[in-house]
Amino acid sequence: MLALFYIFIGVAIGVSFWQITRILNLRSSIANDEDNSKQGKYALLFLVFLYAMMIYCLIAMNIIMLPESASVEGEHDDILFDITFWLIGVVQFAMQFLIFYFTFKYRGNKNNKAKFYADSHKLEAIWTITPAVVLVVLIGYGLWQWNNVMDLSDEKDAIVIEVYSQQFRWDARYAGEDNMLGYGNVNFIKGINTMGVDMSDKNSQDDKQVTELYLPKGRKIHFKFRSQDVLHSAYMPHFRAQMNCVPGMVTEFGFTPKFTTEEMRLQSEVVDKSREINKIRKAKGEDPYEFDYLLLCNKICGASHYNMQMKITVVEQEEYDKWIAQQPTLSSVITQ
Amino acid sequence: MSEHHHKETFVTKYIFSQDHKMISKQFLITGIFMGVIALFMSMLFRLQLAWPEKSFTIIEAFLGNHQTDGIMNPDIYLALVTIHGTIMVFFVLTAGLSGTFSNLLIPLQLGARDMASGFLNMISYWLFFLSSVIMVISLFVEAGPASAGWTIYPPLSALPQAIPGSGAGMTLWLVSMAIFIASSLIGALNYIVTVLNLRTKGMKMTRMPLTIWAFFVTAMIGVVSFPVLLSAALLLIFDRSFGTSFYLSDIFISGEVLHYQGGSPVLFEHLFWFLGHPEVYIVLLPALGITSEIISTNSRKPIFGYRAMVMSIIAIAFLSTIVWGHHMFISGMNPFLGSVFTFTTLLIAIPSAVKAFNYVTTLWKGNLQLNPAMLFSIGLVSTFVTGGLTGLVLGDSALDINIHDTYFVVAHFHLVMGVSAIFGMYAGIYHWFPKMYGRLMNKVLGYWHFWITIICAYGVFWPMHFIGLAGLPRRYYTNTNFPMFDDIANINVLITIFAIVGGVAQILFLANFFISIYRGEKSSQNPWNSNTLEWTTPVEHIHGNWPGKLPEVHRWPYDYSKRVDLNDDDSDYLHGKDFVPQTTPLLEGEDSS
Repeated sequence: MLALFYIFIGVAIGVSFWQITRILNLRSSIANDEDNSKQGKYALLFLVFLYAMMIYCLIAMNIIMLPESASVEGEHDDILFDITFWLIGVVQFAMQFLIFYFTFKYRGNKNNKAKFYADSHKLEAIWTITPAVVLVVLIGYGLWQWNNVMDLSDEKDAIVIEVYSQQFRWDARYAGEDNMLGYGNVNFIKGINTMGVDMSDKNSQDDKQVTELYLPKGRKIHFKFRSQDVLHSAYMPHFRAQMNCVPGMVTEFGFTPKFTTEEMRLQSEVVDKSREINKIRKAKGEDPYEFDYLLLCNKICGASHYNMQMKITVVEQEEYDKWIAQQPTLSSVITQ
Repeated sequence: MSEHHHKETFVTKYIFSQDHKMISKQFLITGIFMGVIALFMSMLFRLQLAWPEKSFTIIEAFLGNHQTDGIMNPDIYLALVTIHGTIMVFFVLTAGLSGTFSNLLIPLQLGARDMASGFLNMISYWLFFLSSVIMVISLFVEAGPASAGWTIYPPLSALPQAIPGSGAGMTLWLVSMAIFIASSLIGALNYIVTVLNLRTKGMKMTRMPLTIWAFFVTAMIGVVSFPVLLSAALLLIFDRSFGTSFYLSDIFISGEVLHYQGGSPVLFEHLFWFLGHPEVYIVLLPALGITSEIISTNSRKPIFGYRAMVMSIIAIAFLSTIVWGHHMFISGMNPFLGSVFTFTTLLIAIPSAVKAFNYVTTLWKGNLQLNPAMLFSIGLVSTFVTGGLTGLVLGDSALDINIHDTYFVVAHFHLVMGVSAIFGMYAGIYHWFPKMYGRLMNKVLGYWHFWITIICAYGVFWPMHFIGLAGLPRRYYTNTNFPMFDDIANINVLITIFAIVGGVAQILFLANFFISIYRGEKSSQNPWNSNTLEWTTPVEHIHGNWPGKLPEVHRWPYDYSKRVDLNDDDSDYLHGKDFVPQTTPLLEGEDSS
């Protein structure tokens, strides 16, 4: 690939110099009919190139896309995305056709006369009202979904988990038996109390600090996010979930996992994607990849921003219960 | 303002000039210089993204102590994307584009002898120059230039402990930007005053070319929003240097708790995007104005729907100031605000769609003179549509959750404001080069430049949408730590190849531009057979623009191919030719459009 790249550069530079020296001696500056004719045809060729590239990417790159939403709330995101994507896809193909086809079709010629056509209220009304109507649908559906996702007020039996960020790692704290997180603040950071939990708060006692997320399938998870230094963003792409972590405040997001990690690994899109990835990894002599949910940092946060991740494992309820029972409570770990 | 010639020395003519034509050239050349720097940076970090573990001599040569054996360090990667964004958005596409063409065209197309204040105009340029110098100097400080992203969100930008670039590099960045904002504001006020007061006889607002409408409205957005960025920057300077806590609170870093209490980074985000979003239109509207003029002239047709075009410029400008929150859907602000901003954001699609459709209708049944300027304008319409459509995805808060800050966003804004605005700038340069230098640029090189550039622009940014949809966050030094992204390695290589070919191809433009200044074909007075007033001035620049009296305007600027019988396309041209300059009096009984 690299050889190809050097060849490309070589060709580009070569062509540049050859053309520049040759062309600058031609004192031609204003398009004549011959130019119009040529450039019009190039516009048509470019349209072919553009269509070919757009279609090629749409098909060939389908495999790298994220698999279907692994959260219940994300389902409507996927539907809304599909609707929007088809809509803009159609408009994109139509508009690009018109732009470059007209460039070709109406390329200038001495014998032609342009049409004097300055205004049409009817046409303008059509293309003001049509987008407006379409937008009403998109906005309506979008806002409905936004409210669904962001409204965490009536989730009584949601599991409360704090996700805690710092340069350059993630930690998490489960709320424990009482499902209430103890108060946290940077002033309490000391020794192994790395999340700055106030151990005099009675809610803190049964909290459990972990370095990996385990989530039970089918239960609403209510995330609370904190950061101790700079902005981070907790991005969980498979769940269609993201929220910034802001020092000095607690932010929130919630979703309900729909597939366990095991189920997801058997899902056809994931199987296909993993196979492709493993082909590439094998060629490089690296260990095979197995699908896992991930939490990534998605807000520039410093030098190691690109390597700030936490594994998320979604399991059945029973397995989750077993796992959470094994985690030590904060009060048993941190002695004041 | 006077018509007699003062004595000019080299210094007053070429350096501290108060003549708008010279100042516009100064803006352009400085902008091009900054653009070359920023473009080169993008090629360096594209090398890193395509071949993250590979050593490059060019990186070793340019990045000094910020690289190890030809591989750039993560810090400098972030610095490169930060400075690339800053320079492109502000120094190239705000000052380089708006500064150049507002200065050149506002007096010339309105029939004014110069800007309202030549002195302030000169100050505006020299402040811009100073800020450019400071920005370039910041590249050489030991810990590296600002690296917190062009949006410089605190606390990252406030704390040198968080990233080395937030030391002296960030200080210089802030000083440079503060001066830049002063420059922009002085320029913008000057443009507004000139448009309102110095129109020649007959040049009603409704007869102004769309270029002037665009520059005028752009200047107003700038005056509304740039001061807010200045205050954001000042408060950040206070937080950094004087211990205030506007943006900072509860921070534990490098093993200690800092004293900051009660501030919020979200406040900074609001202030930043209150400028940051209008800035998109500060960049884009002048390009759209330029394109309207060039497409109409080269189609030999009136621009379709002049009034709708003006209304949509104003609507876009107004809406642009109330949509900033769509950059902050997941910042932690109240979700209700997200709903409001989704609504206002998607509304922008309506005036934008009107503009796109009107451009296409202007092409329809035209007699297209496919000059390089025209091709770049058509290219702008194409990339504006491509990039604009994905705005419908990003502006919808529910969808934004999952693609926020991914490469999908990078692809979107590069197409809709980066490539489009650059195309508008190129179109303007090819079109008004004869007005600036009295010579024409070479068309063959122009064609090569256009086709290579547009192919590479699409080659870079179309595939980039898909790696965004794969969930790849932007501003990652490398994605090799995530096996789930291993399958996009080849796409990254492809993008880099297109980026480098496209970048190198800009040499075609540079060569054409600088050589044509001295050796280009001499221009006639009105090389494109255009209607607007700038083509009634002599080819050689003179103070005061018109040798005798100022021209008088009798009609709008878009009477191209006007017929004896408006409804009969086969009838003869009303004025015997396919263009009717604005100075031509109306014939008896002529419909004035």
